[in-house]
Amino acid sequence: MRATRRRIVDRVARALTLACTAAVLAPLVLIIGYLLAKGVTSINLDFFTQLPKPVGESGGGMANAIVGTLVLIGLACALGLPIGFGTGVFLAEYAHSRLVPTIRFCADVLNGVPSIVIGIYAYTLIVLPTKSFSAYAGGFALAVIMLPIVARTTEEMLRLVPANLREASLALGVPAWRTTMRVIIRTARGGIITGCMLAIARVAGETAPLLFTAFGNQFWHHGLGGPISSLPVQIYTYAISPFDDWHRQAWAGALVLLTLISATSLSVRLLTRGRFRTVR
Amino acid sequence: MDSESLEAPWMAARPTVRSTVPRRRNVGDRVFRLLTASFGLTLLLVVASIFLVLCYQSRDAVRTFRWAFLTTSVWDPVAREFGALPLIYGTIVSSLLALAQAIPLSVGTALFLSELAPSWVRAPVSFLVELLATIPSVVYGLWGIFVLVPWMRSYIGPALSGTLGFLPMFSGPNYGVGMLTASMILAVMIVPYITSVAHEVFQAVPAAQREAALALGATRWEMIRLAVLPYGRTGVIGAVMLGLGRAIGETMAVTMVIGNRADVSLSVFAPASTMASVIANEFTEATYDLYLQALVEVGLVLLVVTVVVNVLARLLVWRVAAPAGGGH
Repeated sequence: MRATRRRIVDRVARALTLACTAAVLAPLVLIIGYLLAKGVTSINLDFFTQLPKPVGESGGGMANAIVGTLVLIGLACALGLPIGFGTGVFLAEYAHSRLVPTIRFCADVLNGVPSIVIGIYAYTLIVLPTKSFSAYAGGFALAVIMLPIVARTTEEMLRLVPANLREASLALGVPAWRTTMRVIIRTARGGIITGCMLAIARVAGETAPLLFTAFGNQFWHHGLGGPISSLPVQIYTYAISPFDDWHRQAWAGALVLLTLISATSLSVRLLTRGRFRTVR
Repeated sequence: MDSESLEAPWMAARPTVRSTVPRRRNVGDRVFRLLTASFGLTLLLVVASIFLVLCYQSRDAVRTFRWAFLTTSVWDPVAREFGALPLIYGTIVSSLLALAQAIPLSVGTALFLSELAPSWVRAPVSFLVELLATIPSVVYGLWGIFVLVPWMRSYIGPALSGTLGFLPMFSGPNYGVGMLTASMILAVMIVPYITSVAHEVFQAVPAAQREAALALGATRWEMIRLAVLPYGRTGVIGAVMLGLGRAIGETMAVTMVIGNRADVSLSVFAPASTMASVIANEFTEATYDLYLQALVEVGLVLLVVTVVVNVLARLLVWRVAAPAGGGH
């Protein structure tokens, strides 16, 4: 009698964990399903080549927003990747420096700072003094978000490199810094690139820090010192607008954005797989 | 920053016997060390300056409202009254509601993945769960506005108020947008974070614990309840705190479905505002300096809260999964 009750409880509990998993995956299916259903019908060549049309005119596209997103990511990489990478190298190679725990802690703190707060930071540092929303401000905000991700993955990848390699290089009389550059970093290259691409995928979808830094623009941007359009902000603007035409554009934009991001993370996944096979 | 402290760990292991040849430090080594250290210090500077910039940029608001800023419940920019209580309330309630939905789902999924799933199911399922984390916030918001909000208005809301309407929580008009809708989106967004950390924590449970339980005749569920859950409790709490940190700072999706009204209401159907959503909504519309400063002060409160929650979370997770998981 008791044994049967225990068995029933066991069955029920197992079924519940399975139900939880199904419930977690259901929104994924729903979201991707809706994106495909509503987005595909609005995507055409115009979407990639045309500027947004004013309210009331149908058609038009998001060419400026797609280019804007790429420009912002480029700016973010130019600033965020070298600093993040350098920090990661410092954390891994000089691990017994007294500075290291503090910097690592700061990286983790920065990783948890809400992106909207970083938006305020970029606004105060760049938009206020220059008196203009700008691509620079947006790129700066995204770079700050990238920093901790790049730094921590670089650190972890460098730590995975076997000590033998370092010892062999040093034993041959190679200076420590050249060992780091030529042996350690080169060995961990694949993993570091992976980390950088994950950071790019993460910031590509960021909207909140761009709202009052890059701001948005219905036209092509004039130089990097002025407001610039981006896919996430454009999707947001269109989604909260009352116009059906803009809603369709928002779905199409979301589909393009998600495709960009998943393509990045998927290629990362393939890269990582190859890497771990060689290392282990 | 003395030079010794910057030496690499493998140098420390060097024998203490000194060579008779005078030791020359490589110039390249020094430059390289200084260079990477300066990058690290830049990161330190960024974090410190975020705090300082936000404090400086909200100085007049802090001076004007003092502690009343946190306890006044009127947020009315037109009347120049700024009390952040409704926003703090909105942030806390939406995050807690999200946790209430996300915790059972995530822990259940993590248990399924680590204890029960056949091995061929594990990789694809955890990949799909991770995929949830790569969807941008604004896409969640878009889906929320056009799919979840109508469902809330016509199915979920009426069903809840029909069955549980006697509770003040589930009474009141249902517009589709509101606290409950926002918390549902938030729950979906934080589930992947909690699940993956909890999964890691459960994997750190020694196999001997499980085997001991099974050897005593426990069923799988009893094994989970007696061996896995107690061992992983601290880590799971840490995972939940990490999720909480995410939920508190989440901006776009919440802004798009919460209704944006700075009121304190008992009903979960009522529109509300969170600290993050009010900044996203009003920052570019702040027409006078004190208004902008008040918004920056909201940002400062948000920053402090998320940092505290995150630090606590990391301490808890480290205690359990540190050897296995590194510092994720």
